[in-house]
Amino acid sequence: MGGETDIINVEIVVPNQTRYLSLIGNIAEQVAKTLDVYTGDRDALAYHLNLVLTEAMVNAIQHAAPGDANETVRVCMRIRDKDLRIYVYDHGQGFDLNAVPPPNLDALNERGRGIFFMRTFMDWVSYRKADNGNVLEMYKRLA
Amino acid sequence: MNISTENRNGRTILSLKEERLDAHNSGELKDYILKLLEDGHTRLVIDLSGVRFIDSSGLGALLSGYKNASLRSGSFVLAGLQPRVQSMFELTRLHRVFDIYPSLGEVPSSN
Repeated sequence: MGGETDIINVEIVVPNQTRYLSLIGNIAEQVAKTLDVYTGDRDALAYHLNLVLTEAMVNAIQHAAPGDANETVRVCMRIRDKDLRIYVYDHGQGFDLNAVPPPNLDALNERGRGIFFMRTFMDWVSYRKADNGNVLEMYKRLA
Repeated sequence: MNISTENRNGRTILSLKEERLDAHNSGELKDYILKLLEDGHTRLVIDLSGVRFIDSSGLGALLSGYKNASLRSGSFVLAGLQPRVQSMFELTRLHRVFDIYPSLGEVPSSN
């Protein structure tokens, strides 16, 4: 029905282990596929959200306290109408996102494409101190 | 990581039996490829037809294989990329680095 406000809030907390990447990524895909408000290619959006969440969670795992079995990563997806926000929280030392340069795609480096993917598929990405740690926030207008 | 390996037409074919090639299993793939190269299997084909999702670390593992095969004057060929996986190679321009064939059947025999 038209005129109604679509609100979806998803919050997931998982151990900071890479074996949970597929769980988080698959949830993001399923959420994307329900977004009637998105007029573009929803299957492509599903892949891209899977990818940016996978990259953001790997980032959080790498920056969290290594080897701490009790450490967790918290992921939130918030959709209100055409505004999609993703938050990924970690408890690590953090890093300066603005100091991460665009990758040199002609160099055959094995690393350095994760933040490039986030910046490519989302409208903006930020990383800041929050809640005894850090939060990586990504925003996309679903137009 | 679930990988099947077979030798065919002078090449060693690795078929990845995983839907995702990501930071959880890419390290294992990288090590597996390196071990094959060290054991003298220097003409490798990676069959990606079963992989529907790849992230930056998956691309990195394949790049590692490519570079290590090149160091040994070997070959490193990709086959069977699904469209969205192919698009990740194009976005990162890696499709210009790798030899990519639409399917295993189209990979030429090794001389």
